Amino acid sequence: MGKLKTITRRAFLIGSAAVGGGVAFGAYLVRRDIPNPLLENLQEGEAAITPYIKITENGITLITPRADMGQGAYSIQADLIAEELDIDPATATITPGTPGPAYYNAAVLAEGVPFPAYDHSTMAETVRSFMSIPAKLFEIQITGGSSTVPDSYDKLRLAGAVARETLKEAAARRAGLKRHDLTTENGEVVLPDGSRIPYTDLAGDAADLDPITEVELRPASTWKTLGAERPRLDMVAKCTGTETYGIDLHQEGMVYATVRANPGIGGGITRLDATQARKVPGVRDIIPIHSAVAVVAENTWSAFQGANALDIKWGPAPFPESSERMFEALEAALGSKDSFDHRQRDDGDVEAALEDGAEVEVTYRVPYLAHAPMEPMNALVHVSETDCDIWVGTQIPLFIRNRAAEMTGLPADRVHVHVAKMGGSFGHRLEMTQVEQAVEIAISLKGTPVKLVWSREEDMTHDYPRPAAVARGRGRTEQGHVHSLDLSVAQSAMTPGWLNRLSGMTAPGPDATITTGSWDQPYAIPNYRVTGYRAPDMVPVSSWRSVGASTNGFFHDCLLDELIHAAGADPLAERIRLCMNDTSRKVLETVGEMCGWDGPDLGYNKGRGVAFCMSFGVPCAQVVDVTLTDAGIKLDRVFVAVDVGEVLDPLNLEAQVTGGVLFGLGHAMNCELTYSGHAPEQSNFDSYTGLRLYQVPEIQVTALTHGSRIRGVGEPGVPPAAPALANAIFAATGQRIRELPLNRHIDFA
Amino acid sequence: MKASFIVNGQTQEVDVPEDMPLLWILRDILGMTGTKYGCGIAQCGACTVHFNGEAVRSCQIGAYALEGAEITTIEGLGTPEAPHPVQDAWIEMQVAQCGYCQSGQIMQAAALLRDIPVPTDAEIDDAMSGNLCRCATYPRIRAAIHRATAKTGGR
Repeated sequence: MGKLKTITRRAFLIGSAAVGGGVAFGAYLVRRDIPNPLLENLQEGEAAITPYIKITENGITLITPRADMGQGAYSIQADLIAEELDIDPATATITPGTPGPAYYNAAVLAEGVPFPAYDHSTMAETVRSFMSIPAKLFEIQITGGSSTVPDSYDKLRLAGAVARETLKEAAARRAGLKRHDLTTENGEVVLPDGSRIPYTDLAGDAADLDPITEVELRPASTWKTLGAERPRLDMVAKCTGTETYGIDLHQEGMVYATVRANPGIGGGITRLDATQARKVPGVRDIIPIHSAVAVVAENTWSAFQGANALDIKWGPAPFPESSERMFEALEAALGSKDSFDHRQRDDGDVEAALEDGAEVEVTYRVPYLAHAPMEPMNALVHVSETDCDIWVGTQIPLFIRNRAAEMTGLPADRVHVHVAKMGGSFGHRLEMTQVEQAVEIAISLKGTPVKLVWSREEDMTHDYPRPAAVARGRGRTEQGHVHSLDLSVAQSAMTPGWLNRLSGMTAPGPDATITTGSWDQPYAIPNYRVTGYRAPDMVPVSSWRSVGASTNGFFHDCLLDELIHAAGADPLAERIRLCMNDTSRKVLETVGEMCGWDGPDLGYNKGRGVAFCMSFGVPCAQVVDVTLTDAGIKLDRVFVAVDVGEVLDPLNLEAQVTGGVLFGLGHAMNCELTYSGHAPEQSNFDSYTGLRLYQVPEIQVTALTHGSRIRGVGEPGVPPAAPALANAIFAATGQRIRELPLNRHIDFA
Repeated sequence: MKASFIVNGQTQEVDVPEDMPLLWILRDILGMTGTKYGCGIAQCGACTVHFNGEAVRSCQIGAYALEGAEITTIEGLGTPEAPHPVQDAWIEMQVAQCGYCQSGQIMQAAALLRDIPVPTDAEIDDAMSGNLCRCATYPRIRAAIHRATAKTGGR
């Protein structure tokens, strides 16, 4: 396949040349060719135009390497390619493809740089561009951080354009014409005489050509599908029960399995008696594995019954026994010199400004939260003497491949990860515990495919939750305005533990997630400081939809609201006055226009709260209206303004923003994982729910496009929801609630 | 125990433990995976099917209750080629995100519209609040039920 090797780098590693030497990381590694997984499986006569598109005489396949957990990522990726390739994506096969390092994600790391997203200075952009180097070194094919669209936007369109021009070149040579005289339409090259050659007929010819990489992307004004409302490619299947999720997969001769592991993660097993479990009808085998016990059975239900019949004594978890002890540890870290982690914002002189004491001094607390996607974690694994096949819904296929290779002793290229359709994630699928368990079972049952399904209880109690956190806020006002804001946040570090679980790598240095969503807000407060404190590792934690901003959005905006109230200023007008970023200010102004902020008072027992958070580079402002009823607080309306730079699909944007807002509201209202005896006290949807239909308010979304670059929208709707609701409850009742979930302090209708 | 019952118009015979839930008989014995497992304790509604015409949680119906029953699952409600009006409305309103709960949502909504052809928002809330959607597609679920009502003309 030597003739194809020039395709990859220039064709799709956009900006890789511009990154330059990258001395700190090693130029050779950065500039090497990335292995192209599609080249390994090509048959004679097939041509892989780029790693995102595969064309054979039988059809066109679009490879959409970013995982679709429900956010519409497959459709968006297919549409980006199709817009330039000139095909109807509904006529192509859409597949996440074979995981490979060619699909590295630079955008997910670019937001980890120490510059706020609104900072487009040369220094900030230079550092961001260098972030594509470690992504390649780590071979990170990852979905997360609302990065799919920003990462794919140029790459996938360019892939489509390169493919289109190369196919035109192939047609031109066949017809003895010039490429520039040809056009394309609907999967065919159109010759000047009106005759047409399908792309599928040109695949063989195109394989013999150097790709045409001097291409220009079409301006948005000429787009045919991008920017317009259109149906998602998976909608019919998902509405007819015909979508096949990971949990639905089947292999000939497959056995069913579940596991029981210590809910005090890391505590291990001190005693196991499987006598009763072995007697359960349908149970075939009990297999102790690393830190868990596997039950293998004839069907999932028998496996669950067998697991229920296991008599296990767990060892003590390596973290505090109860929520009470955990919050004590968090509070001890808050403000302690020894626990200082980072201070990325320190404007003015907070110490001097608060020398005579703070006017507002408050503390906040947020709980551990489970991801709890509707589909419990599962994995189907088949290990043979020579190969390991893994079918799993995941955001991290390459980490899984590498781990399975270690576990089986097989070379990495004999481990085949087939990314399955996913019933939600919210960050849960950035972990791979269930895959490790399934591989371990499959190794001991070599030759037999094993489908492992976690019970809901297993899922919720082994969820690597969103970290609990505490914060202290202080501040002063002057002449009716916010004059100083000092926020300190303490939580356990999230990134090092996660990276270590996935790769064995260590992540030295500060953990930015402790203050992400508070230090990086676009406000010009004269004395403004945000400090992160790292509490000891306790419950192992992970990313939860909107990551650091899910906690910091609440802390920062609630504190700002209290200070604005203390100043006697208008909550919206003061935020607008303090805002130093044009795009963010327009978002705030827009949400004010949407709700009629300056209109008449809402009336008795009604309240309106506003909140703002910029996360993943997306400014999002929300206004929540509530009524205090006899049954408690009722959510009436939510207004949302958001700016993503460019809207690729208004319908899906509205779905993602609405879903994010309601996800944020539901967890703020009634969700927490509390711990007792080293284990979560919530294990199913009876005690951990989120919103149900009867509580859902009217919701209006306006998407603006003033931002300088395109951004993802799966997460930014989440952070402002909790503070907007808390601020609304204050407006309606005079009660400031500084702890989540809010139903610890007030009832909801 | 042996049980004989009808699923989507076809007679099925199974030999399973008497307390095995219909959910797992459908999924693991009959290979009909459109009905989803979400919680196993009737708290999420993902496993909703029609049992002798009633919307029920199939995780709570043991094999002992199946003899002679008539069951409709999402696969029997409609097909991609010929969707039920409720499925049509779901597709038109682009309801699904991850889609995992939608089989149950649609089965619950179809039963609601058969019982109450033109439900109010309050009646929709009552009927649908046992069906959890963690993606929170709720506003479009509401809209799609109203849309389905319009499609069927309230019949």
